[in-house]
Amino acid sequence: MELLARSLGDRLTIHEGFAPNEIVLMLREDSLGSLQDICALLLESFKAHFTTLIANDEQPINGKVFFYYVFSLPADDLFLLLKVPVDPRHMEVPSVSAIIESANWFEREIKDWFGVVAFPNIHRLAVHPDWPEDVHPMMKNVPCDVAVPRVKGRFEFARVEGEGVFEIPVGPVHAGIIEPGHFRFSVAGEPIIDLDLQLFYTHKGTEKIAEGLTPQRAVFLAERVSGDSSFGHAVAFCHAVERLMGCEVPKRALVIRTILLELERLYNHVGDMGAILLDVGFSVGAAEASELKERLLGLNEILTGSRLLRGMAAIGGVRRDPEDTPCRTQALLEMPDWVGKSLDELINLVMSSSSVLDRLETTGTLAYADAYRLGVTGIAGRASGIDRDYRRGHPHCAYPHLDFQVATRKEGDVLARFNVRVDEARESLAILRQLQHQHVGEPILAAVGAIPAVRHALGYLEGWRGEIVHWVMSDATGKIYRWKITDPSFHNWRALRAAVRNNIVPDFPVINKSFNLSYSGNDR
Amino acid sequence: MLRIITRAFTRGVATNNFPTVIAEPADGFRGKPEIDFARCTACGECAQACPTSAITIGNGRAENEKVVSINYGDCIFCGECEAACPDVIHLTKQSRLAAANKRQLTTSARYRSSDGVTYTFEEVLSATPSSMTPVEEVGLVLKKKIRELLGRSLHIREVDAGSCNGCEIEITALNNPIYDIERFGVHFVASPRHADMLLVTGPVTRNMEIALRQTYEATPYPKLVVAVGACAIGGGIFGKSYASCGGVDAVVPVDVYIPGCPPRPEALLHGILLAIDGYHR
Repeated sequence: MELLARSLGDRLTIHEGFAPNEIVLMLREDSLGSLQDICALLLESFKAHFTTLIANDEQPINGKVFFYYVFSLPADDLFLLLKVPVDPRHMEVPSVSAIIESANWFEREIKDWFGVVAFPNIHRLAVHPDWPEDVHPMMKNVPCDVAVPRVKGRFEFARVEGEGVFEIPVGPVHAGIIEPGHFRFSVAGEPIIDLDLQLFYTHKGTEKIAEGLTPQRAVFLAERVSGDSSFGHAVAFCHAVERLMGCEVPKRALVIRTILLELERLYNHVGDMGAILLDVGFSVGAAEASELKERLLGLNEILTGSRLLRGMAAIGGVRRDPEDTPCRTQALLEMPDWVGKSLDELINLVMSSSSVLDRLETTGTLAYADAYRLGVTGIAGRASGIDRDYRRGHPHCAYPHLDFQVATRKEGDVLARFNVRVDEARESLAILRQLQHQHVGEPILAAVGAIPAVRHALGYLEGWRGEIVHWVMSDATGKIYRWKITDPSFHNWRALRAAVRNNIVPDFPVINKSFNLSYSGNDR
Repeated sequence: MLRIITRAFTRGVATNNFPTVIAEPADGFRGKPEIDFARCTACGECAQACPTSAITIGNGRAENEKVVSINYGDCIFCGECEAACPDVIHLTKQSRLAAANKRQLTTSARYRSSDGVTYTFEEVLSATPSSMTPVEEVGLVLKKKIRELLGRSLHIREVDAGSCNGCEIEITALNNPIYDIERFGVHFVASPRHADMLLVTGPVTRNMEIALRQTYEATPYPKLVVAVGACAIGGGIFGKSYASCGGVDAVVPVDVYIPGCPPRPEALLHGILLAIDGYHR
C-alpha cells in the first residue's frame, strides 16, 4: 500500500475497496496516458497477475463509464482494482494488450458490448459480422430486448497463404454432442499451421438480463452460466454479493460449499479423462470413465437432489445440507473409497497401454512461455508449469483449513493435462475425507439483510476448470446494477490456438478435449 | 493388451438391469412440483418465489375468479415454490413430463371467491401427464416402434442452440454404459443429413438462429424435432432478449417438448419415444 502510494501517488488515488482484500486505485482523469506504464509497473514490481477487465456504464450515477482492471496478488491474498474513467464523449482508452496480452479479448469484448474502444485493439470478438456497428447492448440506455437487425458482413479469419495451404471450416454445429463454435483451420497436408476461432454463438445476454434482478433471484441465473460449473459459478456469485454486504457465511455452509466444489471437480475430471480416452480410440477406458462419471452424478443427486448440484447455492450459505439424513451421510462417508478404487483401476489400465500414452505424449504442447503470456489459468495452466491455484493463493470456503497439494506438470502436452486431472481427482478425494464430520448440525444459512446501495465486490474461487471471478455492483435499491462473469475459458481459448499449431488435424479433437473449455461460460 | 482383455471379461455388466428395473431418482430428487389445489388459496406467494414465472396467478373469466397455473415447460425444478408454501406444493420424483404440445405442459385450476378476499378451489382446468414407466420398458417399446417405423434404428443429431451445456451433459449420459441407449436402436450421428431427429437444446440465441434453421433444412424428410430443457421450450430462465429468440419453436417447428433443467436421461428417453409415437400422425 505504501509502496503503491510512493510510486504512483501522483497519478492515482488509493482507497480501500468494500471487501477486505480489495484495494481500488483510482486513476486521475488527466493521467489516462500513463495507464500502460502503471500496468507494466503492477506486473513487474508487484508481481500482480491480470485477472479480469470490467467495463461499467455508470452514467446514470456519475455521468461516466469506468474500466476496472483487476489484478491479483496471490502472495498477499490481495486484489487491486485499477479504476479508469472513460470520457463518454470520446469513448476511448489506450489499449494495454501490448503489455498484458491476456487483456486482448477483454478489450475487444468491451468494444463490442459497450462501444468503448481500447485503441488500437479494434477487431470484433463477441459480435458476429451480421451485427450492426452501433448497437451496444450493455450500455444502460439500451433496453434488454433491443431489436438487433441483421446487416451484411462476412467472417474474417486469420489467413495463411501459400502453395498447398487449405482452410477447413468446422462448426458451429459440431459432430459430437458439444457446444457450438466455429473453428477455421489453415492446413498444409495434415499439420495445422494456424487455427482461428469464432465463438459467442451461445451468447444469451446473461449479464444484461440480470441487471435489475435481486441477487437472490440471480443465483439461479449464475447456476446456468456454464452447466458443468453450475455450483462453481453460483458460489462465486454468492461470494461477491456476500463480500459486498459484509455477510459472514456460517462455517458449516463453507464446508458444504467445499464438499460440493470438490464433487463438481471430480465428476468433470473423470468425465474429461473418459473423453480424452475416447478421442484416442481407447473405448474400454472411455466406457469405464463414463460409467464412473455417471455414478458420481448419481451421488450428486443423492446428496443434493440435482445431478448438476443445482439449487444448492444461496446468498449467505447453502440451501440444503447434504448430510441431513443418515443415508446421505453414509453415501458421503463411503464415496472416497469406491471412487478411489475405480479411479485407480482406470488409471492403471491407461498407464499400461502404450498405444494410449503414445497418442497423448507430446501432443498439443502448450509451452510455459505461451501459457504465461496468455494468462492461462486452471488445469491448462498448471499442466504447463504455472503453479497457481486460488484455493491456495486466495483462500476461500474451507480451503484455509485443509491440507492439500496443488498438482502441476511441466510438459504442457495432453498427457500433462490428463495427469493434472488424475492428481487433482485424487487430491479431491483426500479433501473430501478431511471434510467428513465437520461442523455437522450447525446452521447453514446466515440471515441476509438488505443489500447496501451502490457498492461493488469481487467473488472468486477455483472452479474445476480454473479461476472463476465474478464482480457485482448494486444499485440504489439493492438490486444488481452490473454483474461481470469471468469464466476461466475466456482466458484459455487463445491457448488452444497456440497448442494446436504444428499438430495434425486428427489430433485436434483430443487436444480440444484436454482443455475442455466452456463455450457457454465464455460467451454467456 | 492382455490386461485390457482380462479387465473386459472380469468387469461384468454395468448397464442397468436389462430388461426390468432401473434405479429410480434418489430420494430428494427435485422433480415435478405438484400443487395440492384443494388446499391452495391462490395467495400468490409461490408465484412470487418462482424465478422463471412458471407459476402464475391470473384472472379468470369472471370477476371473482382466479386461475392458478404451473407451466412445467418453464420450470427449472429449483424448489423455491415448495420452500415458499410447503403445505400445498410438493416436489415429486417424477421427471418424465414430455408432451407433444405446449398446452399439455400447463396444469391449472380455477378459484372462486364470494367476498373478493378469500379464494377457494373450484375445478382443475388442465393437467399435465407424467409417466413413471421404468426406463427399460420405455426402451423396449421404443425399440419395437423404431423397428416398425424406421426399419432398424433411429438416428439423432444433437444441436446446441445456445444451452448452458447442462442438457448436453445429460444427453451424453445416454451413451454411457449405464443407460447405453444404443441397445434400443438409438444412435447419435455426426451430421443432420444422416438424422431422423434433431434434439435441440438452448433458447436459440441470435447467433445460432441461422445455424439451427440451416441444420433443420439439411435434415431429410420425414424429420422430427425435439426441444430439450426449459430454455428450448420457452427460453427458460433466459427468456427472450436481444440475444435470445426464446425457444426452439420460434425458429423451427417442434414435435415434442421435454421439460427439465436439465431433463434426466430417462426423461430424454421418454421424450424420444413420445416423438416416435407421433411419427404416425
